[in-house]
Amino acid sequence: MMRFATLIKNPADWMKGAGPHSEVVMTSRVRLARNLRGFPFPGFSQERQRIELLERARSVVEGLPEMQDGYSEDYSDLSKIRKQVLVERHLVSREHAARSSGCAVVVDRKQSISIMINEEDHFRIQGIRPGLNLASAYELVDRVDTELEGLLPYAFDTKLGYLTACPTNLGTGMRASVMLHLPALVLTDQINPVIKAVGKIGLAVRGLYGEGTEALGNLFRISNQHTLGEAEPEIIAQIEKVIEGVVRSEVTARAKLKEDHQTMLRDQVGRAFAILRYAHILTSKEALNLLSMLRLGADLDLVGNCDRSLIDMLLLEIQPAHLQLSAARELSPEERDSMRAEITRARLQSIDGPGSFPPSQSTPGGPSSTPNDE
Amino acid sequence: MKCDVCEKEATVFLTQIINGQMTTVNLCEDCSKAKGVTEETGFGLAEAFLSPSQRAEAETMEVVCDACGFTASQLKKIGRMGCPECYTAFREGLDGLLRNMHKGTRHVGKRPNRKGIVTPQMLPRQRSSIVAESPPPAPLPPSPPVDVSKLRAELDLAVSEERYEDAAKLKAEIESLQPKASSK
Repeated sequence: MMRFATLIKNPADWMKGAGPHSEVVMTSRVRLARNLRGFPFPGFSQERQRIELLERARSVVEGLPEMQDGYSEDYSDLSKIRKQVLVERHLVSREHAARSSGCAVVVDRKQSISIMINEEDHFRIQGIRPGLNLASAYELVDRVDTELEGLLPYAFDTKLGYLTACPTNLGTGMRASVMLHLPALVLTDQINPVIKAVGKIGLAVRGLYGEGTEALGNLFRISNQHTLGEAEPEIIAQIEKVIEGVVRSEVTARAKLKEDHQTMLRDQVGRAFAILRYAHILTSKEALNLLSMLRLGADLDLVGNCDRSLIDMLLLEIQPAHLQLSAARELSPEERDSMRAEITRARLQSIDGPGSFPPSQSTPGGPSSTPNDE
Repeated sequence: MKCDVCEKEATVFLTQIINGQMTTVNLCEDCSKAKGVTEETGFGLAEAFLSPSQRAEAETMEVVCDACGFTASQLKKIGRMGCPECYTAFREGLDGLLRNMHKGTRHVGKRPNRKGIVTPQMLPRQRSSIVAESPPPAPLPPSPPVDVSKLRAELDLAVSEERYEDAAKLKAEIESLQPKASSK
């Protein structure tokens, strides 16, 4: 099996930002909630029962063809920082990382599939693909799920479907979600109507790390809320259709920004680049928001020599646990802010900021309708 | 049909399970308002019509899942089930709950193929009892006493990490173990 260090050293393909609509859609994720008959759900079981289930199920999960040479770890053997690194990489949930004995995670070699054992449900099977590609993420988890059902007796009811700890997951047990980068909709004040419209058709909009988290760095997560009464392909097709609409709005807003507010846009991207390139103290929040502007600049060809994947990898590297992992010790928030700035300065060395481009034919004084960001 | 309280024409008909028995009440509009029946939340026939002693009995007789011991009031409190069998134990009123949550009340998606082929090389070396062909394991017997101090440490950690949901569960677990611990 793969070691933790190997897992971290090799970024997954979905972290490198290359997939359908990846200028707007960072990742597509599908997770299935599954439980075994005859065991209480993890939230209501004794530690002894969780350990018993883990001991029986872990080797079955590790033995799946997809998990050959993968990574598997019992949470009792995993430090807090390492667990947090897995959360930052979206391989495990925050809720799962908060648990310890009786819990484990198994990740495939490509880091596209992860199976959490004893999360809120006995199994949470997750598949991740880059860009807008929920159908292919579903294919991944569907295959693993079909293999697993031949080996373990699932709790399934013909009327209610897959039985889950929380009735909100009943039926398909499926949550399909996409991570979107929507800076232009935020800059042009169109984000709230979009969020409202998406909410009205039964989808949930959340921040970077799921439930109750802030939408830092203009990153939004949209997912289905209903799991019962519709088949998996229907749910996925509906979300993909909605997301395509959101992508079109974002792309239109970006084109409009570039067309009508070129100076304001260059100013925002330039300021973001300047701070990121020269700052010595960067909080997580500031870095995420500035990197969002820089990513927008890269997508609109306002900065030179800047690959989107460089920014997406940096977004990972500057997260608190990743910093502490590379420092090989716990860091105080102040130490983290200075280390975050140091790594960011180094990574952005080769980028040409928007200032080094020939100035555009901007009108003196700039467009009158430029939003004031103060 | 006449109202059970005042003899006027009944327009509101309620059915609820109390102590495992179906109870039906017919009310006129005025009486249903007076009893708070039209309020969407929190109405229970038990509260409106049972005497205090009957109510106490209803509480001690509350629905419990035979398989795991999870109670209806725990379900109400945390909004989650204790085990898969709970969906059978607490099926009363489930449809209404699901209708508010989902697009339907009936699963129409994927179904596990119980005849799934089990290839020997996919099985763990030690054939465990939970492979598909074996009957489902019996509900687990009650666990031996758990170290309460360990649970307390977990509780402290949960509180310090602001995982209040976990903390609540741990607290409940500790409380459920307390009497046993002191009787020994």
